[in-house]
Amino acid sequence: MTAATLTDRRPAFGGFSLTYLSLEIRRVLRNRRSLFFILVMPAVFFLLFGLPQKGQNIDEANSAAAIAYIMISLAVYGAMTASTATGGAVAVERAQGWSRQLRLTPLRPPAYVATKVLSALSLSLLAVIVEFVVGAAGGVRMPAHVWLLAGLGAWLGSLVFAALGLFVGYLAPAENVMQFMGPILALLALFGGLFVPLEVLPHVMRTIAKFTPVYGVGSIARSPLTHDFSWVAVLNVVLWTAGLGVGAALLFRRDTARV
Amino acid sequence: MQTETLASSEHTGTRTPAVHMRGLTKRFGAVTAVNQLDLRIEPGEVVAFLGPNGAGKTTTIDMMLGLARPTAGTVQVYGHTPTEAIARGRIAAVMQTGGLLKDVTVAETVRMTASFFSHTRPVAEVLERAGIADIKDRRVAKCSGGQQQRLRFALALLPDPDLMVLDEPTTGMDVEGRRDFWNAIRTDAQAGRTVLFATHYLEEADAYADRIVLIRKGQVVADGTASEVKALAAGRQVRATLPGADEVRLAALPGVDRAEVRGDTVLLHTNDSDGIARYLLTQTPARDLEITSRNLEDAFLALTSGEDLELEGAAR
Repeated sequence: MTAATLTDRRPAFGGFSLTYLSLEIRRVLRNRRSLFFILVMPAVFFLLFGLPQKGQNIDEANSAAAIAYIMISLAVYGAMTASTATGGAVAVERAQGWSRQLRLTPLRPPAYVATKVLSALSLSLLAVIVEFVVGAAGGVRMPAHVWLLAGLGAWLGSLVFAALGLFVGYLAPAENVMQFMGPILALLALFGGLFVPLEVLPHVMRTIAKFTPVYGVGSIARSPLTHDFSWVAVLNVVLWTAGLGVGAALLFRRDTARV
Repeated sequence: MQTETLASSEHTGTRTPAVHMRGLTKRFGAVTAVNQLDLRIEPGEVVAFLGPNGAGKTTTIDMMLGLARPTAGTVQVYGHTPTEAIARGRIAAVMQTGGLLKDVTVAETVRMTASFFSHTRPVAEVLERAGIADIKDRRVAKCSGGQQQRLRFALALLPDPDLMVLDEPTTGMDVEGRRDFWNAIRTDAQAGRTVLFATHYLEEADAYADRIVLIRKGQVVADGTASEVKALAAGRQVRATLPGADEVRLAALPGVDRAEVRGDTVLLHTNDSDGIARYLLTQTPARDLEITSRNLEDAFLALTSGEDLELEGAAR
């Protein structure tokens, strides 16, 4: 209760701290359901659908290993689920009144969002690493630079989904937001060619797929392997990140202005 | 009618008030929740904000905490805007409900909240002072309402605030939970912290506050110590046994507001209990005389329900 002394001052960085970030990451890791969708399911998919393709090429035109293609796709899937779930958690925290409680602390809203984005990126990195370790153990062999670039693509591409999660989180103050986001993510993953190559889909769906957010990230992450890097995919990622980021920011401003 | 409380007249102008509201107004559409409210709370006071539901207590507190923006008027906390006062850890609050993450433990909640401040009291210390050190590893979802409320209190203790605000802090708690909670608050307030709590439990205001601010329709209708507020509800009750009493004549006596005759018993509400007692004992065969002051509940009802009650001057 000492007035105007050392204790009477604002915290640096709007209250951002590594303590909060690490507790946030631990919260997700402690949640069995999140862990299942982020880490276990992509690994199991690899064992079920990846391993049987061992020794085969993607197709006649492309000599890259099908098993590597599947591993990278599933790494993208794990990373996008991790990011969306972490961003979407703001819906739960708003529903429980935690964001109101936070307003009784010096934590500034931008520091809160930054913590959410960073924990989303930490968890998506973990998802990519786990999938790659499972893949390597299962016999995926790629040059070092392909591992690195594909990993970076899958990881940083998940920023789109952190924005998607935040957007939905600020749109719907519901505790069960991930229950309806799960099926949507699976559908997006299908359109993004993460479960089956887009080539096997009907032409109409292939055309639609190019405009969905997973398509860009999937293409970029696989391009070091398949050598079919395209600027269209980059444009897709940039536009979706910008669109969802701006949308989330607008909803976020509406939320914090509602006093 | 009361125009100044002792507590504030001693200090007015000598130091920065803990809370200073001037013309504070909040309208929601056509509804005026808080109406031109003026209030000054001095450091060290323990103040109860008492009023019926919908009187504007929570809206006033929300504005004090920066959770709501005033339609008009200003509120300052130790000379700062509410947001600034929160950022500096000068003010902390325990709200009615919500606001806790269910999947983390008690200690984690405190550690997480501590990380938002530049300086806090040690986590172990606030857990101890809030009386929840023994359940620190329990998940919040598994804590009772009273334990969750003491956790919110622990969070509020972290910045060692000069002003602690409690909005209906014991709503939904059982008797034991309420007692434990108030013991923790009272022990804490003895160290000199300014405390403002909103309640609609009269006994809480009576038992724990130095000063009671009675709110009705977004305005202060009475302000003073518990006994001063009780006195504001005009007078005492004189009760006597008087067979064959004439109610109309008794009601016409000077100083009598209201007379009731129940069989042989008469009940007189009066501002002049001495005069009435003297009259009854000397001019009538009345016996078994009893004089009681009205309790806080009577004051509360009189001051918060009377539609046309004129209480000018009560709001300072």
